[in-house]
Amino acid sequence: MDTLNLLMGGFESALTPVNLLFAFAGVVLGTAVGVLPGIGPAMAVALLLPLTFGMETSSALIMFAGIYYGGMYGGSTTSILLNTPGESATVITAIEGHKMAKAGRASQALATAAIGSFVAGTIGTALLVTVTPIVVKFAVSLGAPSYFAIMVLSLVTVTAVLGSSKIRGFAALGLGLAIGLIGMDPVSGQKRLTFGFAPLIDGIDIVVVAVAIFAIGEALWIAAHLRRTPAHTIPVGTPWMGKEDWKRSWKPWLRGTAFGFPFGALPAGGAEVPTFLSYVTEKKLSKHPEEFGHGAIEGVAGPEAANNASAAGTLTPMLALGLPTNATAAVMLAFLTMKGIQPGPFLFENEPDLVWALIASLFIGNTLLLLINLPLAPLWAKLLKIPRPYLYAGILFFATLGAFSVNMQVADLWILLLIGLLGFALRRFGLPVLPLILGVIIGPMAEEQLRKTFQLSSGSASGIWSEPLAVGIYVLIAVLLLLPVLIRFIRRSRGVNTTVADQVLGEAPEQPKHKAGVAYEGRSDEERNDS
Amino acid sequence: MTIVVGYIPSEEGEVALSRAIEEAKQKNSRLIVVNSSKGDQLVDDRLIDAKQHHELEARLTQTGLDFWIQRQSQGIDAADQILQVAEAQRAELIVIGLRKRTAMGKFIMGSVAQRVLLQAGCPVLSLKAKNDW
Repeated sequence: MDTLNLLMGGFESALTPVNLLFAFAGVVLGTAVGVLPGIGPAMAVALLLPLTFGMETSSALIMFAGIYYGGMYGGSTTSILLNTPGESATVITAIEGHKMAKAGRASQALATAAIGSFVAGTIGTALLVTVTPIVVKFAVSLGAPSYFAIMVLSLVTVTAVLGSSKIRGFAALGLGLAIGLIGMDPVSGQKRLTFGFAPLIDGIDIVVVAVAIFAIGEALWIAAHLRRTPAHTIPVGTPWMGKEDWKRSWKPWLRGTAFGFPFGALPAGGAEVPTFLSYVTEKKLSKHPEEFGHGAIEGVAGPEAANNASAAGTLTPMLALGLPTNATAAVMLAFLTMKGIQPGPFLFENEPDLVWALIASLFIGNTLLLLINLPLAPLWAKLLKIPRPYLYAGILFFATLGAFSVNMQVADLWILLLIGLLGFALRRFGLPVLPLILGVIIGPMAEEQLRKTFQLSSGSASGIWSEPLAVGIYVLIAVLLLLPVLIRFIRRSRGVNTTVADQVLGEAPEQPKHKAGVAYEGRSDEERNDS
Repeated sequence: MTIVVGYIPSEEGEVALSRAIEEAKQKNSRLIVVNSSKGDQLVDDRLIDAKQHHELEARLTQTGLDFWIQRQSQGIDAADQILQVAEAQRAELIVIGLRKRTAMGKFIMGSVAQRVLLQAGCPVLSLKAKNDW
């Protein structure tokens, strides 16, 4: 009941005209950036960070939440109509969705995606309301060693489990951690990695890093690949569904939600695994398995619901532990830190108004998204006709303005350009962007916990495993890292075709085929991770 | 002799194409159909796709004319493309479709037709989608 009261209080502050306006602006902007491939919610939030300096914290956060959810809706539109997933979470949607669109069922595909997203988003947010306070209660009792272990877990899983190439993932993570180290040592005051360059002493502002990696890096990449054979629009009417479509969609929606939320809520995060699992499940359970691969509506409904439920789930570790597990959540946390709010388990205690207004705005944003997406989907598709030079010129302008306005120093612009070049190199060599940005944000947080651990154990390394939970997590990390190696070893020793591993893993070996099917401009979907 | 026609799948484009076919039949000249996109948009309906290309080819074959379809998916600006082809072929006539643009619209979007009209070294026949009077 207590939670319900707090939630109602949240609705009260989220339903003020100003906040409603920001929620609306957020969902519109979010849908727009979701529709455009290559521009994701993370970039949009990073570009808007400087604009929020003068804004009320809750209003800005409500707008960001709208962008975050909106990006998920918009991404499905592009996936279905163009077969170019706007972001990694909608890669699976494209498989069946685009086939449906080609078969003249674009309206139904868009409708099941939008309504499924709404259902999953609403249930997911409701789960967020129930689960997060429990996690907070648990998190408050955590000591520094366990905290550090959880952070290591999230970094390792995001890097090693989600990406296609572990080496590339860890390389990106290493770069991120190195960037996070720049500046003054928080304990001893020593200068680290500043190379005698005065502006670096305060460290590189996270806004500059995020804007450089997402906006400048992507703009340079697009500039290098500006021309491509344009596609044709697939004619769509207003999305609608027949009785049969409803009947075939509602179960996948609920199953997708069940897959999505737990995966999002784990500190490992990521929408790729649940969307894939949902797709495979629907394929197995479907009464029309022959339709899969030729445009089965279940194959759109399930993954799309999983994707949105996981988006809601991701907010659990972000709000309860202060741990972001995707790029947008990372930038949103950076925003909270900039505003002088300490993210972590005490966020609910210290800033209840803010948190509950945010959660209430998620419900509102979700409803707004359904309202603007269902009738207006054909209109959103028109955004794809914007010539890219105009679009990216605008992005570069806002990126530069934003990076400069953080500290009003010219040095930041040079750093922006340098890290932007790094972002381009990442894309060029297929390194995932997500581990880098999480490294920059979680790195310093993890360092703080590690330092605390060592202070408590007076410098002895045994402090790291002084809590039972921490030990458990390290075992889990070891299992996660060793399991794929082990499975490969078992498979090799038993021969490829008749292994138990194949049966246990179900259809997992098929994964590369699907992903290759939707590879876009030579970039695999991992490389497009939340960019 | 050669006639060059700028073609996009739209009302104006169709009018220009059918007029160009007439002209080519009368003068017994070769017809070059130019269709191009800069490829800087993710979706561009002005570029003909494979199906439209085949239909166009079939239609031109029926006329019995000597023809050539120049389709550029990642080409230069449409005006430059038309002018380049016309110059290379020493065209006797360029046919283009023209649509109404407000002064503001022209200021923002520029005008392919205007550049072809002003820069072409041969007569340019420009057509409206339909007669207004």
